[in-house]
Amino acid sequence: MKFGVMVQEGPYQHESSDSAYQFVKAAMEKGHEIVGVFFYHDGVINSTKLTDPQQDDRNIVKRWSEIGEKGVDLVVCIAAAKRRGINDDVLAPGFRISGLGQLTEMAINADRFVTFGAS
Amino acid sequence: MSDISKIMIMMRKAPYGTIYSFEGLESVLIMGAYEQDITIIFVDDGVYSIKKGMDTSAAGIKDFSPTFRVLEMYDIEKLYVDKESMEARGLTADDLIVGAEVVDTETITKLMEEQDVVLPF
Repeated sequence: MKFGVMVQEGPYQHESSDSAYQFVKAAMEKGHEIVGVFFYHDGVINSTKLTDPQQDDRNIVKRWSEIGEKGVDLVVCIAAAKRRGINDDVLAPGFRISGLGQLTEMAINADRFVTFGAS
Repeated sequence: MSDISKIMIMMRKAPYGTIYSFEGLESVLIMGAYEQDITIIFVDDGVYSIKKGMDTSAAGIKDFSPTFRVLEMYDIEKLYVDKESMEARGLTADDLIVGAEVVDTETITKLMEEQDVVLPF
């Protein structure tokens, strides 16, 4: 099955990004295709390489980068990113900044579109 | 799958306490350009997004509610509002800045079942 995913919350503050990551990882392990992960609202903060958590904590950004390096399209909303000080200078590997059209295309191309956050 | 997807935008949050509603609206405006079959529904505190007479000047935040009125220009005409959420907040159709159809929970369930995608904001 083809899944699209949207992350609507920032890292650490909210479990949304963790849940989305676990979902994507599990879906890939089961052989499903991830058409893309769209980072919206504070979710764009998941994409900054300046993130530097304590050693004994998970590195949420790095985990996403690893997913991106496996070929999953990690798209950061440009309008939301600009508001929150995220640009190409701070973007972690595996992410790209693009427009809301990408969200629309993911929603159209996925068999199931799963959202995390906004609660 | 047909070329046109049925996408529902579910506005659940109050308009100015958080950014969900505003950025949700931004996504609707982009989706309008993709000529998809868009439905917008206002539930819970989301109904306040289309309430008349908002004055956000003291809060220093731009009042974006009028933008909902231009959706027609994007051929987004399927606007619904949850009857129960309106009643719980003492609102009637006369309080709204757009002509949204007031629907009950059963109708909302049916509308949701018809969609390919539901995006909550």
